[in-house]
Amino acid sequence: MSSVAVKKGLGASVWEYLTTVDHKKIAHLYLGTGGFFFLLGGIEALFIRIQLMKPNNNFVSEQLFNEIMTMHGTTMIFLAAMPILFAFMNAVVPIQIGARDVAFPFLNALGFWLFFFGGVFLNLSWFLGGAPDAGWTSYASLSLRSEGHGIDFYTLGLQISGFGTLISGINFLATIINMRAPGMSFMRMPLFTWTTFIASALILLAFPPLTIGVFLLMFDRLFGSNFFDVTMGGNTIIWEHFFWIFGHPEVYILVLPAFGIFSEIIPTFSRKRLFGYSSMVFATVLIGFLGFMVWAHHMFTTGLGNVANAIFAIATMAIAVPTGIKIFNWLLTMWGGSIKITVPMLYALGFIPSFVIGGVTGVMQAVAPLDYQLHDTYFIVAHFHYVIIGGVVFGILAATHFYWPKMFGTKLSEKMGYVTFTLFFIGFHCTFFIQHFLGLMGMPRRVATFLPGQGLELGNLISSIGAILMAVAVIILLFNVVITSIRNKKVGADPWEDGRTMEWAIASPPPFYNFKQTPLVRGLDTWWLEKMEGKKELTPAEPLGDIHMPNNSIIPFFISLGLFVAAFGAMYNPLNSVGDGKSWGLPVLIIGLGITFGSMLIRSLRDDFGYHIHKEDLLEDDKGGKVG
Amino acid sequence: MNAEERYTPLNWPDHPETQTLEGKNKFLGFWLFLAGETVLFASLFATYLALKDSVPDSSHPLAKDLFNLPLVFAMTMILLTSSITSVYAIYHMRNYHFKKMQAWFVITVLLGAGFLALEIYEFTHYVHEYHFTFGSSAFSSAYYTLVGTHGAHVTFGLCWIIALLVRNAKRGLNLYNAPKYYVASLYWHFIDVVWVFIFTVVYLIGKVG
Amino acid sequence: MNMENEQVKNPNLRAHHDYRRKKSAKEMQVQVVTFALMIFLTIVAFIAVGIGDFSVKFIIPFILLLAVIQVGFQLYYFMHASQKGHELPMFFMYSAVIIAFVTVLAFVTIIWW
Repeated sequence: MSSVAVKKGLGASVWEYLTTVDHKKIAHLYLGTGGFFFLLGGIEALFIRIQLMKPNNNFVSEQLFNEIMTMHGTTMIFLAAMPILFAFMNAVVPIQIGARDVAFPFLNALGFWLFFFGGVFLNLSWFLGGAPDAGWTSYASLSLRSEGHGIDFYTLGLQISGFGTLISGINFLATIINMRAPGMSFMRMPLFTWTTFIASALILLAFPPLTIGVFLLMFDRLFGSNFFDVTMGGNTIIWEHFFWIFGHPEVYILVLPAFGIFSEIIPTFSRKRLFGYSSMVFATVLIGFLGFMVWAHHMFTTGLGNVANAIFAIATMAIAVPTGIKIFNWLLTMWGGSIKITVPMLYALGFIPSFVIGGVTGVMQAVAPLDYQLHDTYFIVAHFHYVIIGGVVFGILAATHFYWPKMFGTKLSEKMGYVTFTLFFIGFHCTFFIQHFLGLMGMPRRVATFLPGQGLELGNLISSIGAILMAVAVIILLFNVVITSIRNKKVGADPWEDGRTMEWAIASPPPFYNFKQTPLVRGLDTWWLEKMEGKKELTPAEPLGDIHMPNNSIIPFFISLGLFVAAFGAMYNPLNSVGDGKSWGLPVLIIGLGITFGSMLIRSLRDDFGYHIHKEDLLEDDKGGKVG
Repeated sequence: MNAEERYTPLNWPDHPETQTLEGKNKFLGFWLFLAGETVLFASLFATYLALKDSVPDSSHPLAKDLFNLPLVFAMTMILLTSSITSVYAIYHMRNYHFKKMQAWFVITVLLGAGFLALEIYEFTHYVHEYHFTFGSSAFSSAYYTLVGTHGAHVTFGLCWIIALLVRNAKRGLNLYNAPKYYVASLYWHFIDVVWVFIFTVVYLIGKVG
Repeated sequence: MNMENEQVKNPNLRAHHDYRRKKSAKEMQVQVVTFALMIFLTIVAFIAVGIGDFSVKFIIPFILLLAVIQVGFQLYYFMHASQKGHELPMFFMYSAVIIAFVTVLAFVTIIWW
């Protein structure tokens, strides 16, 4: 490793990102790719709202509308929200616990590339016969009959991405359990690390049922099995159960990290420690556990019976309690604090009422008899957009501003951030508040159009105008990103000045080895503690020594590419239900799997012990020379 | 601690698989993976139980018509024995007896291969004698997916252990590969755990009705 | 590394090594006994079904219980879950078992009724 700064060309940078196993660079990859898919999902949303701007509109055909509506949901949840949250987990969690990387850097890269190729595969459907059109929930009866390969793109693409997510979940669990710095007990971990931990446990336990459900649908459509075919003894409700046993924990996988982000932002900009730390941890664990016990509230109208409906209704209401505990703790953190209204804090302030509105409509829906009225109407659409946008998207936008300096070394413009927030906040409420009433008036969801003269015109128009406001807000955010990158004004380690946790104690962005010496953790809000005692740096827990780092590798890219190739083979195999099987289907499937397993074998057969950064180079780094 | 260092039986650590950070991570990561696999197989069992004997008409065979208990008993004995042989292998690993460890793993692989051979025979028998194929009915799809996924896991496990044996034949035992052997044997035990439930829930309960 | 020097420098090393060998050998005996018990449980389960005289209501819970016991042996002895350092792995395994149980329970109740 050279200890002199080397100006890298574009080719070298691209290769670096293709082969990196560094969690900070992987965070950039997740943020960029997830951000791209967020824009794609946003355009799909805009098209939905343009089509529904007036009754009997023909902006898009019914079939195309179904595809756009399906892809909007699937993209936003699987390809935008989850990856962007992974970006922040990758960027922040290892540093928050005082580690130099995650437990399995190679698998971290593999998790990203699997997500990447799964997302690309899913979106290729647009060009190869049509996107999936059975909703993001792809219920088996409808999705089995979907003509064309759209649903196959859905099953195969999500399966590939899903493997990536599962691998990353295990990675973060092992990292947080095994690699905390000395002195960091579980009850001294920052809240974002706690929520990452619980969300990762949910990923570990909730993704396998989805994996099985999607395999069953894949086998029925591509290999002639009969899981969901009633005429052959099958049962379509099996799909619903698997989907929602996964799907309900999934929304907690999305929202818990967002809660964690707000639990960092609110104390920082109230200059006051988080109120009720222990109860916040307990509430997070309880939400995680209860999240697995409520899934059939998505199935109240399928005929499960009164006993089952009652059990799930009560469990669903119960889950509001720990969430309420968290809301009160955030409010009490702010009470008596010295509040600074930065852009992240603005999103936090916007999050609290918005998420609570979404939460209370959720409790309404938990009442099974009322759900018979509300199910499949716009009321449900309003509810989940309130919790997802009010919770997850606000969290993501807040974290983008809050962690941008730590990830890129520059700071996004606060002024532009205020404009984005204001437009987005107004647009969001414009679009979705009115949808509660559209639903109560009986407008069904997932409809490509509606009839005039039923009182639905004004509500839909207002809803669509809100979407345009949100689009403008996002464009301004993009502009902010571009301008900030061009200006390239560097900031220091603690640019918000009130950082409480260890990521704010090291440079922005951190050196590739994170910590020269593993820090000693002397209490909660470790960096704040050191600052209050007048220290300029974290207390080290070890003497300066050689640092062991992992090597880069192109193999994760190829393992993922192999599955991408195999997916095409599976989709066009001679047994598929669409009937356009090709003779090259099976060979391509085998070749693709061969690339994957062959790459895994190459990885296993070669020795890879990583490399060492020598003590002398670290000392030189201190004096201003660049390491590596 | 340098993972490539050579040891003697005297100074070989007590728990070589968790002496390095890498080893500790592999150990924990693998148990977490097994927790995920537990839910995965539970989902397959749930599907099988929901679709057991669910056929379109009476011309299709049911569980009690199909399953051959003596064959399943033989398969169970073979797989269970392969589990104890892998325990022996890790015992020798802990005592730093590389060649003995390798030998017991080879026996494990041979027993595993025997299990697979019997299972392949079983499946072909169902296809030819009863026309009980993957696509026959919901029951058959569920059966082959559950038992077939287990068989695929056995196959992968065999490839894994063989790769370890081949790769390390000249290297001997060290702290870099000790965790790999340990984790492979955990996987092999887990496969037996799943099989215990398969022979009970699928075959024994299938016969009882 | 010179083994004789090692022994001179560290007489404890030999003693510890001998102690560990003995402990390992005892553990191995426990494993073999466990294996014999597992074989026995398997045979009992097969015979119970083979005989065919027992009522379904008894046989099914019985063989399920035998399976759970056998899996317990596999986990706690063969997979060393009884030894220290396994607390967190077992916590996650039991969480998985709870979810697994709820899933199976749902599928045998609210799918067809």
